[in-house]
Amino acid sequence: MIEVKELTKRYGRRYAIDGLSFSIQRGEVLGFLGPNGAGKSTTMKILSGFIYPSTGTAKIDGFDVREDALAAKALIGYLPEQPPVYMQMTVTDYIDFAAGLRHVPSQARKEAIQYALKRCGLLDVQSRIIGNLSKGYRQRVGLAQAIVHNPPVLILDEPTVGLDPKQIIEIRDLIRELGQDHTIILSTHILSEVQVLCSRVIVIDSGKIRAQDTISGLAAKLKNRRQVRVIVRVTGSAGSNDDSFRDSIGVLQGVDLVERQESDEMLPKDLLTEANIQLWHVESSKEKDMRSEIAKSSIASGFELLELRELEMSLEDAFVKLIDQDEASEVSHA
Amino acid sequence: MLDALWIARREFRSYFASPIAYIVIAVFLFLIGYMFFNLLGYFQGQVQSFMRMSQGPKPTVTNLIVSPLFGNINVVLLFIIPFITMRLFAEERKEHTAELLLTAPVSPLQIVVGKFLAAYALVSLMILGTTACSLTLIFASNVDKGVLLGCYVGILLVAAAYIAIGLFWSACTENQIVAAAATFGSLLFLWLVAWGAHHAGYFWKEVLEQASIIVHFNSFARGIIDTNDVIYYLVLVGLGVFGAYTTFDANQWGNS
Repeated sequence: MIEVKELTKRYGRRYAIDGLSFSIQRGEVLGFLGPNGAGKSTTMKILSGFIYPSTGTAKIDGFDVREDALAAKALIGYLPEQPPVYMQMTVTDYIDFAAGLRHVPSQARKEAIQYALKRCGLLDVQSRIIGNLSKGYRQRVGLAQAIVHNPPVLILDEPTVGLDPKQIIEIRDLIRELGQDHTIILSTHILSEVQVLCSRVIVIDSGKIRAQDTISGLAAKLKNRRQVRVIVRVTGSAGSNDDSFRDSIGVLQGVDLVERQESDEMLPKDLLTEANIQLWHVESSKEKDMRSEIAKSSIASGFELLELRELEMSLEDAFVKLIDQDEASEVSHA
Repeated sequence: MLDALWIARREFRSYFASPIAYIVIAVFLFLIGYMFFNLLGYFQGQVQSFMRMSQGPKPTVTNLIVSPLFGNINVVLLFIIPFITMRLFAEERKEHTAELLLTAPVSPLQIVVGKFLAAYALVSLMILGTTACSLTLIFASNVDKGVLLGCYVGILLVAAAYIAIGLFWSACTENQIVAAAATFGSLLFLWLVAWGAHHAGYFWKEVLEQASIIVHFNSFARGIIDTNDVIYYLVLVGLGVFGAYTTFDANQWGNS
């Protein structure tokens, strides 16, 4: 339903997002998790057609967000970080305007408005001026605007930010309900929100995808394991078959798994083309840092060690940051 | 063009949701009414002195009331239109409602045209209010109706050009005051630009006069509708609308 390839957005020399690739199936509820400034909003703005990417493509149901902008926009409902509401309008007038803007035919419009108001719990305030409503209600008006034309895809940028706990629960219930018949991509910096709402999660930080998994898969990764990624160059003295590296590392005390990985998006470009490069994934128990032993052992076996990096730490770091920010979630962000 | 009308409808209504429309219309009509009243008095004085002296050209309603009145309407529009156009895009950007428009399946050109039409409808409504003066003249004197018609065509074209320029400046900033100031400055410059013609060479004299908003208005005030003048104003409208369109569209490149 959504297909994103090598998406990059640059502001001057700064990359807001850098080479994102992912896809979302029809009916999926995908969570975009990351700290403030990670590039979540930028990605969503591009998907919604509000800004264009610097390079790369994004397609909604096959329509490119830039080349077939109007066709792509017709398929989405978008709730930006700040609900795009006209403060001086009444709720009904505003939803009516949004419906017309999305070409809901005039004979079906009344029904569509009632549907959106009802689903977002706005029937009681429908004739009030939006500027006089509380923040939670404005957020709901923003959501009603996004669903009034019943679009197949919903893009929700931090839908629960700034709401009180009761409102958060209500909005989450609503999103879960909408998830039954819509493809939804939502961003958040709250880990638990992803857990209750999403079928799959993409962790993004500093404009790059750090992890992409189902909730249970992600949880398993976060469990007590250390993961180390090793890039080696095979030289003459080391055996070129897969087994020699596995043998030399696998015998180390504490190593549970040694696995060759075929290709990796994170592999540096100049290494991709070289034939003698091997990429390995080593898992060990939490208790012991294996890196220095892995390094010694691989060099002793005659491999040139090009990179040795603990993977899960960076992911955990991301989560620690997330949790820190969770407490300061009311702070406004760029 | 239906999207443009839908956007124009909301925009036009929003003028009346705040005090802007009421204040602007009231100020405009008060000023024009006061000027009209004084022009009538001046005309009466001229007629009396003509009767006494019986010499010189016979004062006419057309020359002494209609032409100066529309000149004055033009001046008042110069001051008022920046206040009408300043919010068109600046407010959308400030309040983040531009996101609603730009993520709807509506082309940016339709949005820009819709905004233009809304402001134009409001200004047309203001100008419609001046028909009270015109009707008084038509019923009470032998005013040249051709000249009156020419004046209305001229003032509607001038207003369209002012609005288009204001539209452009509003698309350039999210600060309404900046938009209004830039609009007023540009319009005033287009008024004064012909001053340079006095001490310019033949070529530049021609260029500066052709660029002037006032020079092109003069023939309308004499009841002459010259295609040259009509084209001048339509070009200004085109430039303003196109400039607003490209600026607004450029926001999608992510500079906002």
